[in-house]
Amino acid sequence: MPDHTAKAFDSDLLDLARMVAEMGGLAEKQIADSVDALVKRDTALAQRVTALDATIDALQSGIEEKAILTIARRQPMAVDLREIVGALRLAADLERIGDLAKNIGKRVIALNSEFPPPKLIRGVEHMAHLVLSQLKSVLDAYARRDINKAMAVWRGDEEIDAVCTSVFRELLTYMMEDPRNITFCIHLMFCAKNIERMGDHATNIAETVHYMIEGRQIADQRPKGDTTSFAALRSAADG
Amino acid sequence: MSNAAANVRVPIATHTAAVDAGEMTEKISIRNLDFYYGDNRALKNINVSLYRNRVTAFIGPSGCGKSTLLRILNRMYDLYPGQRAVGDVKFDGEDILGPSQDINLLRARIGMVFQKPTPFPMTIYENIAFGVRLYDQLSKSELDGRVEHALRRAALWDEVKDKLGASGLSLSGGQQQRLCIARTVAVRPEVILLDEPCSALDPISTAKIEELIDELKNDYTLVIVTHNMQQAARVSDFTAFMYLGELIEFGETSRMFTSPNDQRTQDYITGRFG
Repeated sequence: MPDHTAKAFDSDLLDLARMVAEMGGLAEKQIADSVDALVKRDTALAQRVTALDATIDALQSGIEEKAILTIARRQPMAVDLREIVGALRLAADLERIGDLAKNIGKRVIALNSEFPPPKLIRGVEHMAHLVLSQLKSVLDAYARRDINKAMAVWRGDEEIDAVCTSVFRELLTYMMEDPRNITFCIHLMFCAKNIERMGDHATNIAETVHYMIEGRQIADQRPKGDTTSFAALRSAADG
Repeated sequence: MSNAAANVRVPIATHTAAVDAGEMTEKISIRNLDFYYGDNRALKNINVSLYRNRVTAFIGPSGCGKSTLLRILNRMYDLYPGQRAVGDVKFDGEDILGPSQDINLLRARIGMVFQKPTPFPMTIYENIAFGVRLYDQLSKSELDGRVEHALRRAALWDEVKDKLGASGLSLSGGQQQRLCIARTVAVRPEVILLDEPCSALDPISTAKIEELIDELKNDYTLVIVTHNMQQAARVSDFTAFMYLGELIEFGETSRMFTSPNDQRTQDYITGRFG
């Protein structure tokens, strides 16, 4: 695309994209660190995760401010307008992802010495890897304006949902075996649900990237695999 | 774009809900229109429809032909030798370009407001009554009523009702432009052509004219040429983008300014041209 006649407009848009990319990088790091803290029982790392959330929040405010100022100053149209609206939406999704990672960090701190067996954590860890690769792909799709990549992320959320459902089942069984497992199983369930939610935010971002490029919403229906709300009922009925 | 006009969907009413989005009648139909200034072909195969009770905006860089197109619609170009239009322009199904067209009547039915306010050097009252007398034999009270109605329609009445005898030239720029709109409205046209009506006005006068355009479309078909893209986005239902004498893209305003189809439209409205 050719440059704007007003060069400062180009640098405004570049700044915004750079801030979103920075925020995306931080969100990725927060996910990885929070799950790492869980796997390694590292409360110090968990504390760092909860502390770093403020930086993500500040970046979101920065993006909002910049976006509003750019709208006021340039009255953007068409693709420029969509870029700016896209940056706002991405920032909101990334901020939520940060919150969810922070919540995992808090749970790691709460668990303190009481740690579940590694076998149970493996499912959550697997989910985190899937989400991380989704987020990385969709941020790439954003940076490169790659619609195919965005659509692949949009369709790829199903697997995370499926793993989440199976983690839920496993945890339920474990809790039914011994009530002493309930506390950490509940924490783990929330961690799993948090990660599943992060996946939803990654698909939101994919939708935003699609809108930014195409100027319209995705017409398709997204495949969905989250049946956790039924998993609980079914297991309870089985027991 | 030869079939640009055919691809139009009914727009979502963005401002006045009074206009029913479901009903769209073609008021003016332009087909295969070429225009020449001497040997210079200024318009190339234009095809577009202007709909009743809708505002259609023409945008494009200087010299793209948008004002030329406007001047064809009321045969303004007839005033100049060497200028000619070739093609098919129908106004309620009636040929505008044909030799049998009564040009004075046509200009009463298709009114025009220009870039610079052009009040006549006479009183405010006379500015409006002058045109009315050309077409209608009215009694004094009827004429008074017509003048008041026109001034009210142009949202000028309250500001001038106590000084109708003052010169039209004594008004501010924004008021003069509204006086010109009142003058146009007074002869009860069907279509109003606005050629950059706000380019010489301050923001408040501009807002008043835009409000007026919104009002007027309940009764008239409006066509506006503007360099101000935001204005086109604000006031129009349809937007046509012209470039180098061609109609590049025509569509609902709501889509044209968020996701235009043609790269040239995109480049122009986002300020990336040339």
